[in-house]
Amino acid sequence: MNKGFEPNIVGFACNWCSYAGADLAGTSRIKYPPNIKIIRVMCTGRVTPAFILKSFQNGADGVLVAGCHPGDCHYIAGNLKCEKIMDVVKRLVGILGIGKERLRLEWVSASEGGRFADVVTEFTEQVRELGPLSGKSQG
Amino acid sequence: MESEEIKIGVYVCHCGINIGSTVDVEQVRDSVSELPNVSISRDFKYMCSDPGQALIRKDIEERGLNRVVVAACSPRMHEPTFRKTIQQAGLNPYCVEIANIREQCSWVHEDKADATDKAVKLVCSAVAKASLLEPLEEKEVEIAPRALVIGAGIAGIQASLDIADAGFQVYLVEREPSIGGHMAQLDKTFPTLDCSACIMTPKMVEVERHPNIELLTYSKVIEVGGYIGNFNVKVKKKPRYINMDRCTGCGLCAEACRLKGRITSEFDVGMGKRSASYIPFPYAVPSKYTIDAEHCLFLTKGKCGKSPACKDACTADAVEFEQKEEIVELDIGTIVVATGFDLFDATEKPEYGYGLYDNVLSGLEFERLVSSSGPTQGKIAIGGKDPKDVVFVQCVGSRDKSVGNEYCSRVCCMYTAKQAYLIHEKLPDARLTIFYIDIRAFGKGFEEFYDRVREEGVRYIRGNVSEIIKKGDRLLVMAEDTLLGEPIDVEADLVVLATGIVPRADVRELMNLLKISQSPDGFLLEAHPKLRPVDTASDGIYIAGCCQGPKDIPDTVAQAKGAASSAMTKMSQGKVKVEAIIASVDPFICRGCGRCVEACEYGAPELQEAEPGILVSEVNDSLCKGCGACAVACPCRAISMKHFKNEQIFSQIEAVI
Repeated sequence: MNKGFEPNIVGFACNWCSYAGADLAGTSRIKYPPNIKIIRVMCTGRVTPAFILKSFQNGADGVLVAGCHPGDCHYIAGNLKCEKIMDVVKRLVGILGIGKERLRLEWVSASEGGRFADVVTEFTEQVRELGPLSGKSQG
Repeated sequence: MESEEIKIGVYVCHCGINIGSTVDVEQVRDSVSELPNVSISRDFKYMCSDPGQALIRKDIEERGLNRVVVAACSPRMHEPTFRKTIQQAGLNPYCVEIANIREQCSWVHEDKADATDKAVKLVCSAVAKASLLEPLEEKEVEIAPRALVIGAGIAGIQASLDIADAGFQVYLVEREPSIGGHMAQLDKTFPTLDCSACIMTPKMVEVERHPNIELLTYSKVIEVGGYIGNFNVKVKKKPRYINMDRCTGCGLCAEACRLKGRITSEFDVGMGKRSASYIPFPYAVPSKYTIDAEHCLFLTKGKCGKSPACKDACTADAVEFEQKEEIVELDIGTIVVATGFDLFDATEKPEYGYGLYDNVLSGLEFERLVSSSGPTQGKIAIGGKDPKDVVFVQCVGSRDKSVGNEYCSRVCCMYTAKQAYLIHEKLPDARLTIFYIDIRAFGKGFEEFYDRVREEGVRYIRGNVSEIIKKGDRLLVMAEDTLLGEPIDVEADLVVLATGIVPRADVRELMNLLKISQSPDGFLLEAHPKLRPVDTASDGIYIAGCCQGPKDIPDTVAQAKGAASSAMTKMSQGKVKVEAIIASVDPFICRGCGRCVEACEYGAPELQEAEPGILVSEVNDSLCKGCGACAVACPCRAISMKHFKNEQIFSQIEAVI
């Protein structure tokens, strides 16, 4: 049974907004593709470039970083610090030939369960179209 | 350093059928049993239940487990539960890792094979992290036995009284010159028709007299720092330009004011006028005057006749134009937020003619009109005449996606019924019509009251009003009777719009101040919709009343008592454990560049001189909130973020892909 290419997506979600938003998608039973696996961090400000690169290195086809909307950060401005870092990392993954479309930063609040599901669905489709990053992620 | 052999127990929960119906729990259990360090893996119907927890404790004791992985619901739900479980069995509470296979797996995926595969990955990731988890130390700090209550409507008043009665000091901050909030503006309350002022004033007076309550009226919280037990709060007290100790509340200043009767009264929602020196309403607490700096001639233009009339009139020498705003600093243990609501602005529904026609009123305006303490002393007169036909329109700004408010405001059905009843009492010949979508009479005594109002002859028509237009000096209300399926026009002398409850316009400012969130409807978000309705995501901050969502007075009082009780529980414990998940610096790697100091919003890392000329960063444990921004900023990886260390997250990444 070959279902075709199923991308591997690693998600980093902040505890207060996006992880809670993902939980709300669950509580509301909103469906989205199972490709994403979320790793919880307290704040997107904790996401160091090495986490992103390590994910791609280990076979992720896409990485989603999700944090609080600007102004909503539980730690005042961790999300904005993350945004600055992501700008640089995006350029870096572009240079490395990974492709910056494979890295996405999104703002999802604790109340946006539907939005979380939409973002994941849409990003999964995008990465699916981009195809596998390396041989490892096939299947 | 870590010589101890890691022994992990993995516990996969069925959660009844919540997980079990989409995830093959047995397969998950078996797939992870051979992972490195895993010494036992089990499944159980409900891991969070007593027998589920006992199972974990028994394994810890009998098998010498030192790390535990629970694959169940979100860690936001039961991580604290399982931390306690393993602590009871003698382990450090931070030696448990949760794999979220319910909210982020079984509930969001349909294909069983896919969901099971994902669940296995998530558990592998948790096992990988658990292998690297380190015991953390929870430090305890004292809780200041003082509460801050923000907002002095009925919610804030009730919460303050309860906390103060329990023996704790309360600072009650209210931005208006008087406490009382919206409830003080109401005439009578449904369904019992108690006079609102009569049940409210004793509480207001009690607050003022309570030895444990310090009232800070005409004040605003402008800064909140610190954490549970030790909040550092700054309150800005606006100058009243009246000496509170000297003012006797006689009102001579207001009588003398050159702007008397020319300034719109906020309390009477525009239905009445006041002076620049004013008391919002007769039974205001404190019963002291305030000079409104926005309007006062002397304060705006620097000149008021030859000398300010109020100052000349005051026999107590209480007028003090030289007053300046004052910043009060408070050390607070817990905070109750009771900031209330705003009323929906009916001009957003232009088809109803609100703001265009004088005889279209909002619910609160009518409340002031019918109140015996209101601008007409309770006389309902429109253009000097008693209205013969009165139409009420329900759900104005509630249950209305076109204005962005999907929710029900919960009070309008009943306040409309009450207002109709009040008119009927005063003007028995008036013909009363109420347009409604559904009647929600859910509370104690509500349905009975609604029946009573109908029996008095009030006509209820099910239907949405499409437009209200002028017809001579009367109004024409055009609607569709949705039960008969035909259009209906009703003429009226007075239309009352049952305007709904909306979040405070400045709710965002408050959220930023306290670092709390809002729900999709814009009201403040509780920590759990069912089980933690008065807590917020921030420890030590509780919410009560309409700031959390629309509710009536009994529900508000109940929630205020709940919030007060939560705050008191913490304060009576006297001590609280502070965040153990914090950053720490390896002084041998740190080169003292100070990037962490720049990255931290809380001033937790500080450069210290370790040896003459050698700077090393040091993290202040009680200031660190554990976000991890410093660990990212550190160019030489000298800072590690406990519980979210680089190695721990790397291991998760490896396991999850």
